[in-house]
Amino acid sequence: MSDIPGDLKFLKSHEWARLEDDGLVRVGISDHAQSQLGDLVYVELPEVGAALEAGNGAAVLESVKAASDIYAPVSGEVVEVNELLAEKPELINEDAYGAGWIYALRPSDRAELDELLDVHEYEQLLESEES
Amino acid sequence: MTNKTVLNATHRALGAHMVDFGGWDMPMHYGSQIREHHAVRTDAGMFDVSHMTVVDLHGERTREFLRHLLANSVDKLQVPGKALYTCMLNEHGGIIDDLIVYFFAEAYFRVVVNAATRDKDLAWITRHAGDFGVEVKERSDFAMIAVQGPNARERVLALLHDTDVKRIAELGKFSAAAAQGLHGIPLFVARTGYTGEDGFEILVANEHAVELWEALIAAGVTPAGLGARDTLRLEAGMNLYGQDMDEDITPWEANLGWTVALDEGRDFIGRGALEAQKQAGVQRTMVGLVLDGKGVLRHGQQVTTEYGPGEVLSGSYAPTLDKAIAFARVPTGTTGTVQVDIRGRQVPAHVVKYPFVRGGKACVGI
Repeated sequence: MSDIPGDLKFLKSHEWARLEDDGLVRVGISDHAQSQLGDLVYVELPEVGAALEAGNGAAVLESVKAASDIYAPVSGEVVEVNELLAEKPELINEDAYGAGWIYALRPSDRAELDELLDVHEYEQLLESEES
Repeated sequence: MTNKTVLNATHRALGAHMVDFGGWDMPMHYGSQIREHHAVRTDAGMFDVSHMTVVDLHGERTREFLRHLLANSVDKLQVPGKALYTCMLNEHGGIIDDLIVYFFAEAYFRVVVNAATRDKDLAWITRHAGDFGVEVKERSDFAMIAVQGPNARERVLALLHDTDVKRIAELGKFSAAAAQGLHGIPLFVARTGYTGEDGFEILVANEHAVELWEALIAAGVTPAGLGARDTLRLEAGMNLYGQDMDEDITPWEANLGWTVALDEGRDFIGRGALEAQKQAGVQRTMVGLVLDGKGVLRHGQQVTTEYGPGEVLSGSYAPTLDKAIAFARVPTGTTGTVQVDIRGRQVPAHVVKYPFVRGGKACVGI
């Protein structure tokens, strides 16, 4: 658990968000989530330019097992998507907090980030889910 | 209550991701089900299938009983150790379960049925066995390990007692025989499987199962979970009970007509209904689908064909093909291209004959 980068914020549904120096928010799913989903085989990315609303569906991940909606942690406009995932969805399995990022958005209201779980709270959530 | 096989702690020690499967706590994968899938297609993998139900049938009229109980004809079984794949039907021709039956002697046969259908199968078999004076005995004292892949037989043979190696090496497909493993462990070795690869399914007494499993790992066999088992059998064109057929589906509608023997004068349960349906014309059939674009075919997705609606049965990503494939039940006569509703999008898929994969390679036209 302790290998979760400290600068991440989480949704209860296991998406992470990272506020970067340029003011963009990068989004992915947690290592716990990728391990629950199993081998990913297809990622439906959002369109660059799409307006996302916090809590709404932003992308779809398909593992061998099932399809899962990925929700937007904060509202904003999609400015970049991880095109590598089209050919190598397994990047999410291999490096959920790094190369396996899904998209980046320009947040419309940074205060929404404060409503997300911090690493400590997210770890507590995982522990409670396991028990 | 959750059932556990005797290998449960072994799976957990290997880091398996465990899931509930029909009331059993079973390994889905040990890290990557795709890697496990490829291990079986290219080398050798093994599955704990101890959750499956082994039932021994004893009694002088056992063959006569099975002629009545099963849609395939046990009269095809004349050599001891020979096995047969068959459906067990209800009076309406609906499939209660699919199973493998082994012949040992006129007064001794064995059937292996699915785990999820154990209770109803045992009740059905027992109910009909009484009329023939056949004793039904569940063998929960056995664990079962399926070793599958192009190198699977070689790996197992290396573990057998010297005196058994030649005989088991020469075992024909769909045949079984007793043999001794390491330290004289008694094994029942069947050249059967559910992956489309060559290999063995091995019955071993519960108390020796962990030892056999560990010897197989030491021999280079990759542990594989139920996730890989599912994609392997789908690529190989093998039905899964509960997903591809159930009690409302006849063998004609599940592409299992090849397992039905309409031999002269044999009155098996469901025969009348099957013959009537065949005469009236079978309205639905099971076909293979291949998705050419992106996405994954899943159980329950709606299919639109030129003759009417259908639905996706087993569907998944196929690791050997790097494409999504599925079985679908569609109106008889459907060919060419159909549309599948994937999360609200209409996506074209083409109808194919399966298996999708044979000998580790894509079949022609897939």
